Amino acid sequence: MAVNVITPGLSTTVQDLGRPGYYHLGIPLSGGMDRFALRAANMLVGNDEGAAVLEAVFMGPELEFTSAATVAITGGDLPPKVNGDERPTWEAFPVKAGDRLSFGYLKSGARAYIAISGGVDVPVKLGSRSTYTLGALGGHEGRALKAGDSLSLGKGAGGKGIIPANLRRQPGNPAELRMLPGLYWHRITAEAGRQFFADTWKVAPEADRIGYRFKGGTALDFVPREQPFGAGSNPSNIVDACYPYGSIQVPGGTEPIVLHRDAVSGGGYMMLGCVISADMDLIGQLQPHSPARFVEVTMDQALAARADRQAALARLRAHLGR
Amino acid sequence: MSIRFSFGGDEHIFAEVSEDMSLEAFFTSLSMTNAVRAAGIKGVTEICPANASFQIKFDPDRIKPGDLLKELQSMEGAASKSDATLKTRIMEIPVLYQDPWTHETLMRFRERHQNPNATDLEYAAEVNGLGGVDDFIKAHSSQPWFVSMVGFVAGLPFLYQMVERKRQLQVPKYLRPRTDTPKLTIGHGGCFSCIYSVRGAGGYQMFGVTPMPIYDPSQKVNYLQDEMCLFKPGDIVKWKPVTRDEYDAAIEAVEENRFEPVIRAASFSLTEFNKDMAGTNAKLMEALHGR
Repeated sequence: MAVNVITPGLSTTVQDLGRPGYYHLGIPLSGGMDRFALRAANMLVGNDEGAAVLEAVFMGPELEFTSAATVAITGGDLPPKVNGDERPTWEAFPVKAGDRLSFGYLKSGARAYIAISGGVDVPVKLGSRSTYTLGALGGHEGRALKAGDSLSLGKGAGGKGIIPANLRRQPGNPAELRMLPGLYWHRITAEAGRQFFADTWKVAPEADRIGYRFKGGTALDFVPREQPFGAGSNPSNIVDACYPYGSIQVPGGTEPIVLHRDAVSGGGYMMLGCVISADMDLIGQLQPHSPARFVEVTMDQALAARADRQAALARLRAHLGR
Repeated sequence: MSIRFSFGGDEHIFAEVSEDMSLEAFFTSLSMTNAVRAAGIKGVTEICPANASFQIKFDPDRIKPGDLLKELQSMEGAASKSDATLKTRIMEIPVLYQDPWTHETLMRFRERHQNPNATDLEYAAEVNGLGGVDDFIKAHSSQPWFVSMVGFVAGLPFLYQMVERKRQLQVPKYLRPRTDTPKLTIGHGGCFSCIYSVRGAGGYQMFGVTPMPIYDPSQKVNYLQDEMCLFKPGDIVKWKPVTRDEYDAAIEAVEENRFEPVIRAASFSLTEFNKDMAGTNAKLMEALHGR
């Protein structure tokens, strides 16, 4: 039971729900950037929600199955085809031994999750099958897939079902990323803070699993201070500190970067706060040049949004009878 | 020193011990994170000490953010009073300064540098008012360094020089980060040195390379089979300048998996160090060389 990689797509990696517990060594969380879609894909094919799947960005791979399996594609709208015939997204479909799975052009979103019954069976490294490419850790040989790779599959009973549009989630236009100000927020002026939320930003081309850069907004004005010893001379510099997952750093005060699943775990740039946990999945579905706004929330609102996402996941489970 | 706490979204608490870097701030960060680990607080998922700050990741479904904050604040008094003595390790890291690989890389990124007409080492010597590259290498390698943080990428140590503040080497980072840094480059930015554990982007000045792997995700290197990352916060490092021949011999030993790093047990007291830096460092050298 295996899938052979005929063409790899742009950057297709094995991901599960991630590898928490090693951030203090600089090893990031990794795992799917849109974990809601990843869980949904696994539920459709009858896997554990945290089974390893393939995450394809912008462009799908072409895969050949050596045995029958159930497949589901969720996340960004990347239309699947079996032997050239279109299949729906957000719906389980069967494949036979020898079938080829390929993809049309991406219609919306950025990342598609390809779940296969039984899950992708790469070795577990530090508790996860996720790929951390920068550290050459986990996944298939610690890297994105290449033509000629062969991936083993686990045993799975398969599943069935459709997830209707009202149970899915996609970013709005502009995307609204809720954020709790904090960390080094006090380093910028009140006017700069007001403008940061008023501006509509655009996703920059430098947008990947490490982080998403945004451009087109107003440069920040900093509250003047004598730079602390060891911090560096730019007003955006701090003594190197941990960077939380979801934190928004602004090197030089110009272009904010939201760190994501393969985050660098620390460094010397001030951060304005964090995108709340409920909205991190949305970032994984943003294409370069798409507009986005940061929306200020309180901790209570962040926790309410988190509860909303858990309720959405519960509705999905109920819908699929899990 | 009063710790400044701030929430990082709904899953993190960030704690800044001090805006300035100092060994005192680092020790408070280390003792706080040790206390949090020992307390076994439910819902805490990651405990990350850093240079002069630390970060706790938590699951807000298991502990209310406000409750965790109160718990951390209640630990602050004990942490600042704790005796800053550490059972740790000292290790010798061979360095080929002025190596051909970082030289090739720094030449490629000259337009991102403060002084396109000098090498990173020449520039570092100049901004620190040292006579030249040889004097800078001597200043860099003669006294030990403290690992005050591990991170950025997997297993990368940040190192803080164990000398009086006025003698500490300080060099600005590149004007714009490079997109490439050779694996195992010895870098320096602000007051920190580092070892780039993997090849990739970086903004620190590049001084040399070590032949000694410090991160091995395949866990084949004989001394990285239990832990894939060599360094922990609190480790002490002594750079050992080596010649090209010594470097090549070490690379051969690494390739045959018979390279044995020099790592010895040591203890470190911040109070003793502040009283007598030269004496403390001399004792560390004795521990390193087994005398």
